[in-house]
Amino acid sequence: MSQTTAFEVRSLYRSLLRQGRQFAAYNFREYAKRRTRDAFREHSTETDGRRVQELVQKGLKELQVLKRQTVVSQFFQLDRLVVEGGKTGKQKGNEGGIVRQKDQGWD
Amino acid sequence: MSHLAPNAARQALRQCTRRLSTSQSSFATQLPRACIAAKGRRSYVSESSPKNATVNIESTIRQDQKAFLAETGIAPKDAQIPTTGHSGDTAMSPVAGILKQATVMDEGVRPIYLDMQATTPTDPRVLDAMLPFWTGLYGNPHSRTHAYGWETEKAVEQAREHIANLIGADAKEIIFTSGATESNNMSIKGVARFFKKGGKKNHIITCQTEHKCVLDSCRHLQDEGFEVTYLPVQTNGLIDMEALEKAIRPETALVSIMTVNNEVGVVQPIEEIGKLCRSKKIYFHTDAAQAVGKIPLDVNKMNVDLMSISGHKIYGPKGIGACYVRRRPRVRLDPIISGGGQERGLRSGTLAPPLIIGMGEAARLCKEEMEYDTKYISKLSKKLSSGLLAMEHTSLNGDSVQHYPGCVNVSFAYVEGESLLMALKDIALSSGSACTSASLEPSYVLRALGNSDESAHSSIRFGIGRFTTEAEVDYVLEAVKARVTFLRELSPLWELVQEGVDLNTIEWSQH
Repeated sequence: MSQTTAFEVRSLYRSLLRQGRQFAAYNFREYAKRRTRDAFREHSTETDGRRVQELVQKGLKELQVLKRQTVVSQFFQLDRLVVEGGKTGKQKGNEGGIVRQKDQGWD
Repeated sequence: MSHLAPNAARQALRQCTRRLSTSQSSFATQLPRACIAAKGRRSYVSESSPKNATVNIESTIRQDQKAFLAETGIAPKDAQIPTTGHSGDTAMSPVAGILKQATVMDEGVRPIYLDMQATTPTDPRVLDAMLPFWTGLYGNPHSRTHAYGWETEKAVEQAREHIANLIGADAKEIIFTSGATESNNMSIKGVARFFKKGGKKNHIITCQTEHKCVLDSCRHLQDEGFEVTYLPVQTNGLIDMEALEKAIRPETALVSIMTVNNEVGVVQPIEEIGKLCRSKKIYFHTDAAQAVGKIPLDVNKMNVDLMSISGHKIYGPKGIGACYVRRRPRVRLDPIISGGGQERGLRSGTLAPPLIIGMGEAARLCKEEMEYDTKYISKLSKKLSSGLLAMEHTSLNGDSVQHYPGCVNVSFAYVEGESLLMALKDIALSSGSACTSASLEPSYVLRALGNSDESAHSSIRFGIGRFTTEAEVDYVLEAVKARVTFLRELSPLWELVQEGVDLNTIEWSQH
């Protein structure tokens, strides 16, 4: 049985974090970051090789899901939330990259 | 520092009554020039022609028109009220104008979602499970003659298994419906109508704080000749077990009490109610739409006979729900929807595989993540409620111990709930259940808890879920504090309270 090395685990961790950052929706992005970090922390003391293997398999499956869902998420971008920093929700130029959802039913 | 804002506001309000007077100013600036010209003083400026100095009615009118036209097209936000420096928005709507100054909205415009009792965002993992069934795997799960049907059926049965696991049931006891409302209708009307055929039992017990669809189903049954007892609740939102025991009669067929209340988040003592109903051989239905996947539930331990589950409250898709119907001892129902006999004949009609599979995946995730989510939601909830309750004259509605942490319902005295919601435009909140949010009536649930009309009016429900972040909670706390203080400063009642006047002692003059 091949031993899963610490390097492989760290690489999985990094790619999960990197992929999670691609979510267009703020809440999903933050959740992906938090969930990944907490899951790896929770199991950081795991010594059983078989269990580690199992967890890595699960992580790989999650990575596949993330890869698909971040793409879907990027197809349907909305304005940014009021709490988000960085890039503003205002549209610059005529790219039309962000779907306008200004109307909230009143106002 | 806090006195600055109200002063500015009052000044602004005074200014609102004055007219914009920029159109007169052009005339005023011309006057001295004309005087100078008339005196004939030597200057570097060439003398203006006499016709400019004479007041000509026609040209004055034209000039006024010009000045007027120059002002057209200026949006209120671009205009400025003289002397105060506030924007014209303040004159149009003082509250809106000042709040706009108070908030920085450059970073984004979509409000924070904090209404998790109304519905929850669909988890990306749920969508990932659903997508294949929207695209390639479109078979009818009831088709037994080809592979398209088999593969869909297999996935549907797996989803059923996941949902059953979540509530400790057997997969065969799960009936898929269109949502918790249909499950509630099916359970209450189904049991009642089945008993009516026997002609012996015609009494139903429910509770005043139930969801509208339960109360309305019961009202409907009253028209059909059933007797319904609507149990009152205590001030903490919990039902009184003794009152329930007293309300049970020999002809009682069904007791329906919800597990977690959708407005105040109290958790009813389901296990005790289940035990009581089992000992009296009465069917027990619980509306667990807000509880499934959020608190641990076991239908066998809690002696639940019928349970309503909703898909979109557990981060699943909308338009799907399930009903748990016990098989041993068997619960007999009269189906509302008849047809091809799917779902044990209790709910005919072709199943919706993508939705069901989404709900199944959502249930699986809920079971897997329950511990983690509960810990996280409790942490945020504690932060939010302690922050909100630290403000003066606020109170938590519902019991603080028997409570689901993801639902925080707080009353802000001396503030109108609806105007606070308007002021909190950047946060998606609600004052009660989504079904009744269209009307301005105070919530019947809070009234049942014994709250006054004013207190029920000034209550706001904050829903925290899996995807709520800590930054959002911080933002909400800050925003609520600022807006509540602002709205209270506007309120004359608040001034009286600050002066130490008890509002109940005031005799308001009658008109």
